[in-house]
Amino acid sequence: MAGTSIMETLFQRDLDDLIKGIRQQQIKESLFISKAIEEIRREIKSTDLPTKSAALRKLSYLSSLHGADMSFAAFHAVEVMSSPQFFYKKIGYHAVTQSFNDDTPVILLITNQLRKDLNSSNQFEVSLALECLSRIGNVDLARDLTPEVFTLLSSSKVFIKKKAIAVVLRVFEKYPDAVRVCFKRLVENLESSEPVILSAVVGVFCELCLKDPRSYLPLAPEFYKILVDSKNNWLLIKVLKIFAKLATLEPRLAKRVVEPICEFMRRTEAKSLLFECIRTVLSSLSEYESAVKLAVVKVREFLVDDDPNLKYLGLQALSIIAPKHLWAVLENKDFVIKSLSDGDYNIKLESLRLLMSMVSESNVAEISRVLINYALKSDPEFCNQILGSILSTCCRNLYEVIVDFDWYASLLGEMVRIPHCQKGEEIEHQIIDIAMRVKDVRPALVHVCRNLLIDPALLGNPFLHRILSAAAWVSGEYVEFSRNPFELMEALLQPRTNLLLPSIRAVYVQSVFKVLIFCVHSYLLHKENISSVNTDNLASEVPESVFARMSCENSDLATSEAPASSEQHDSFNPRNINQSFGDLSIENGGDATVSNSQASTSASLGRNSFTQESIVNLFNIVELALGPLSRSHDVEIQERARNVLGFTDLIKQEILNPVVQGEENLARAETEASRVVKLMCDAFSEELGPVSTSAQDRVPVPDGLLLKENLADLETICGDIQLPLSSSFSLSSTPLGEAVDISRTNLQSKDETEPSHESTSLLAEHRKRHGLYYLASEKSEVASNDYPPANDPMSQDKLNDDAEDLLKLTEQSLAPKKKPNQAKPRPVVLKLDGDEISVAAKKPELKDDLLSGVVQDVLLGNDGVPSSSRSNRSENLSGKSKGKEKLNTDLSLETKENVPGEKMPDHVNTSSRRSKHRSHGKERRQKGQGKDGEEKEDNGQKKKRKSNHHRGKHKAHQRADEPSNVVAQTPVIPDFLL
Amino acid sequence: MIHFVLLISRQGKVRLTKWYSPYTQKERSKVIRELSGVILTRGPKLCNFVEWRGYKVVYKRYASLYFCMCIDQEDNELEILEIIHHYVEILDRYFGSVCELDLIFNFHKAYYILDEILIAGELQESSKKTVARLIAAQDSLVETAKEQASSISNIIAQATK
Repeated sequence: MAGTSIMETLFQRDLDDLIKGIRQQQIKESLFISKAIEEIRREIKSTDLPTKSAALRKLSYLSSLHGADMSFAAFHAVEVMSSPQFFYKKIGYHAVTQSFNDDTPVILLITNQLRKDLNSSNQFEVSLALECLSRIGNVDLARDLTPEVFTLLSSSKVFIKKKAIAVVLRVFEKYPDAVRVCFKRLVENLESSEPVILSAVVGVFCELCLKDPRSYLPLAPEFYKILVDSKNNWLLIKVLKIFAKLATLEPRLAKRVVEPICEFMRRTEAKSLLFECIRTVLSSLSEYESAVKLAVVKVREFLVDDDPNLKYLGLQALSIIAPKHLWAVLENKDFVIKSLSDGDYNIKLESLRLLMSMVSESNVAEISRVLINYALKSDPEFCNQILGSILSTCCRNLYEVIVDFDWYASLLGEMVRIPHCQKGEEIEHQIIDIAMRVKDVRPALVHVCRNLLIDPALLGNPFLHRILSAAAWVSGEYVEFSRNPFELMEALLQPRTNLLLPSIRAVYVQSVFKVLIFCVHSYLLHKENISSVNTDNLASEVPESVFARMSCENSDLATSEAPASSEQHDSFNPRNINQSFGDLSIENGGDATVSNSQASTSASLGRNSFTQESIVNLFNIVELALGPLSRSHDVEIQERARNVLGFTDLIKQEILNPVVQGEENLARAETEASRVVKLMCDAFSEELGPVSTSAQDRVPVPDGLLLKENLADLETICGDIQLPLSSSFSLSSTPLGEAVDISRTNLQSKDETEPSHESTSLLAEHRKRHGLYYLASEKSEVASNDYPPANDPMSQDKLNDDAEDLLKLTEQSLAPKKKPNQAKPRPVVLKLDGDEISVAAKKPELKDDLLSGVVQDVLLGNDGVPSSSRSNRSENLSGKSKGKEKLNTDLSLETKENVPGEKMPDHVNTSSRRSKHRSHGKERRQKGQGKDGEEKEDNGQKKKRKSNHHRGKHKAHQRADEPSNVVAQTPVIPDFLL
Repeated sequence: MIHFVLLISRQGKVRLTKWYSPYTQKERSKVIRELSGVILTRGPKLCNFVEWRGYKVVYKRYASLYFCMCIDQEDNELEILEIIHHYVEILDRYFGSVCELDLIFNFHKAYYILDEILIAGELQESSKKTVARLIAAQDSLVETAKEQASSISNIIAQATK
């Protein structure tokens, strides 16, 4: 045994050998390291301390520089750490400090070792223990070692004292009750004459202040004294940080410190201090005009400096002040814009942020122009950064900075053409969003979209496909604004569209459908005008014949056509029932006028273009392009392509063969065809709009509708239901009344949103079968969609005053909320309840956490007036601590015994923790260490109790000096502040 | 506060790491990988600050070594640059014109020096002289302990135990 240990000692590789070894292994470093770790695993088990410690040292080297796992050595580290010899102790502590965390089980074993070392007479051992505590201290360690740290706070050795002060921060954080013990002594150190001590204390208060400044307001006089007296820049920086926090809470304090801070700014040579002064003034003293002006002058100096660090910090300082004093930014505008082309990405980013903060209604166009130009020139990453910030700035608060939406539409179009553009998703979102929200922008937007669609080059860039999808949707949805639908159709069907994803292609196909219907409809109207056949009368006839006809047609078509026709059923039937209800009879008339007005707009656009020839041409193009797609593997595409083809089959013959058939025949066929077209057109021209995400919640559940009813028994009924939906509605819906209206509008509009959503075909199928029971689920569907139909919230209104709103709904040319352009230049942006308009980001309420509660306790508890901001809990605590004070001043042993009892709430915690201890102790015992563990535990508890005594005594001491302190402090604050 | 200190060579080799906030071993490796990717690729005439995961990393290059410190948003970057310089000066004084090799072979010394400058992520000693004195005192303490441990009599005592 002894022999092997000598051999190990003599032949063990020490750290130097290891390092040399690693350096020689150029190629197989990882192999070498894993070998070394194997070796360490063996060596570390040695009973020989030198061998063990050398192994541990190697391991901590590998762990810190090569990321080796050293958790297996935790226990060995504890062993080495408890060696009496400093050399080994240091190695052990180093390993523990580096590798332990809250989850390390053996952390429970080091409490006593730490306590022993904290009480050591060797100051370096104390320092090791303090460092270790500052790094790995958990709740238990912090609680158990608080008395030791407290003692060290008044150590006569500066070296120990400063470390103890730094450790206090960690102890407070983990165990807030330590504040009661240590705080007074910490505060006393604020008056220390040792600069090192002072800087340590201020460092602690600086960190504490960042978390909860309010608690430390009473200490302002001490901080002020340091601010005025100190010459140490690093110390001053920390004090300034503290004042930056305190000044925002107490205006009188701000008034007091502003002058000394300005003095620093004028005089100091140190840039770090200067910058801290600038930052303090700009962030917390921005009401003091002269100070801000001085700070801005200094910022200017930073900006023109050659040092990129100062440049960057100058820009950062500007962005601090931007919200309050925009002039400071505008004054340096030229510089900010110049920084956009700086070589440093950080500086560019900072200046971009600044530019964005300058954006307002008046300059958004100008700034965007500048930025787009930069985006064109810069590298892809920054380019997208620019585009991203333009997009996010412009859409802020529902596009509040945008006045000219036509311009914005063209800007979006321009962005797409920037070669590096990868913001597809965002642009897609905004194109659809403004199309739906802003009525007036639609013509311009359709034009922009058309330009995007007809450019075959854009199809080659996968990043833009989502934008193209939005463009296709917009062009289809608002085809009436298109200047040349035929051209649009060609764009939508161009061969390169096969580069698109299936989901986007499906949107294209749907848009084709819309455009086609629009063209045919316009053509028919055009023709009607010529032959002056009035179809309006016919349209209001009961359309049974149409359905009959359609179902005949359908039987000829592929089976997949069925859902489409059923959709048509869905969308049209309710309307007819509306008529039968009578209360909605206006709608039909409204529809007629709508289609007429649409026709007139389109006719004015292209009266001459809708000729027989062009329509034939259109049909040919569609059939040619969509033919192959009807066999597509993607169900979405296949389905929609077949819908379109089915429609063309249905209409084509009747429209295009007039000459062959007789006059009467012609008239009948045309009217039937035109009726179908008209109905389709009505369906598509129904207004879509954005819906707030909370719209769903506002739809009341009608009386008598049991949403949670078990629907299992319906299977039998629904299985064989082939009746058209309408009949089931008309049978059952009378008692439900208005609720059915909602469902109807839902159904209708659901069909229309189809192009912008996936796989509604299955839904449609399902709805056809179970339409009767569809109300609830349909609604949830609507709520989850991004762009669900606008009719939903409106249907709410409908409940209030149906007639009027229905009129509005149907009369699309008269937008319900639209105001005339002349009165207000900015078009109306549709707003919803659900839209969150972000007011300047709210500051999170400073939570009175445990720590601050205790701190306030200690600082203010003596006044007896709990501060209003304190939570109930901390008030409780303060009450208790007051009780404790009284007891302590008695100084009788008995009352001190009571002290632990007084702290019930804390002890509930500690006891639970202690039970954890115990369970660990048990484990140990099972491993064969006998009663040792238990005894230790007992010891620990005894000590704990002792330490409580200890604490009590200290407190008593404190209290003794306290009255003078209190008297000195409490009146001072108001005096000082005034 | 300072969350961690990294010393990375120009080739991306880690020379020293010190963590003042809790990071698991995995996170540590990830942080090192990420930051060395960001920092080593930055050109020479750029600013010394990098924004990273809501923190700021202040770095400075001395010869072939990058000294990096990660701090909170509110902290003063220029102060940290000064602290880095402070550390480098003390290393320089201790090793006598320090070079990367000194740190490679005496990596624990570099640690101990750092421990005297920073504690709990805060600066604790702004005097170079004091740090030098403290390190020297600890060195001598270590030396005596080492001598004791490795003296022949000690080995014999152990062997015959």
